[in-house]
Amino acid sequence: MKILSFFLLGALFAVGLGISGMTQPQKVLGFLDVFGAWDPALMFVMGGAVAVNFIGFRLTVGRPHPLLATRFDIPTRRDIDWQLVTGASLFGAGWGLAGFCPGPALVALASGSTDVLLFVGAMFIGFLLKDLLIKPASPAMPAGFAPGR
Amino acid sequence: MLEPGNIPAALFGGALIGLAAALMLAFNGRILGVSGIAAGLIAAGSPASERLLRAAFLLGMLGGGWALGQVFPQALPGAISSNHLLLGVAGLMVGFGTRLGGGCTSGHGVCGMARLSPRSLIATAVFMLVGILTVFVIRHVMGGLA
Repeated sequence: MKILSFFLLGALFAVGLGISGMTQPQKVLGFLDVFGAWDPALMFVMGGAVAVNFIGFRLTVGRPHPLLATRFDIPTRRDIDWQLVTGASLFGAGWGLAGFCPGPALVALASGSTDVLLFVGAMFIGFLLKDLLIKPASPAMPAGFAPGR
Repeated sequence: MLEPGNIPAALFGGALIGLAAALMLAFNGRILGVSGIAAGLIAAGSPASERLLRAAFLLGMLGGGWALGQVFPQALPGAISSNHLLLGVAGLMVGFGTRLGGGCTSGHGVCGMARLSPRSLIATAVFMLVGILTVFVIRHVMGGLA
């Protein structure tokens, strides 16, 4: 049941990304081109997604446990550290270069395009490189980079 | 009429994305973050049961992508750029950056903003601004990329 739910949710998510226009890198770059011929349509993707999820989140939290699992696994950190800001910056730059973020790139693999395969292969190498170069995700961050602690 | 990427389609597609994220939380108690799901598939030390769930999600994404291509072939890109070095560097930055920052457009954007998480609000603002700046520099300062 759990495995099937992951498969079906992946498919639903992919169809949403495709219909929304997020799987077309030229469309994404047009959306990011605020100072040129700006294409605002993709703003509505984030708007629609956050609105639905905002309601869904509030309907779910407060329940004793998820339908198919024993507990909720929701991030609790609230501190802004150098890794968050540096990582988001690197991601934003890569997104602006290619017009792909991780989800749409994976969906676009279905096109069989070797360009997409190249991007996704490099992305997975990037995942591994992070684990190799910067070991733990949170506890060993230098003191002083984590305001609020 | 739904044409992938026009405003009604963007709103409808966005709602489906939000629905998938909401159902992931309701059924499995997890945040739907693609970079985390995909990285956990190959990370050293991931238990086999975890790898299986993540593989199922990614296979679902591929299946969804395939179905999409049957109905809306224009939604899937063909060739993206003749500059393969650029594509490789961009992929590396997206992979490394999303892990370092703990999320991407789905985990920080769609899920984190719906939870009003301060980390996600900051991360989303940063990657949006840097993405806009990158396109600005490439298109309007450098005059485009070959």
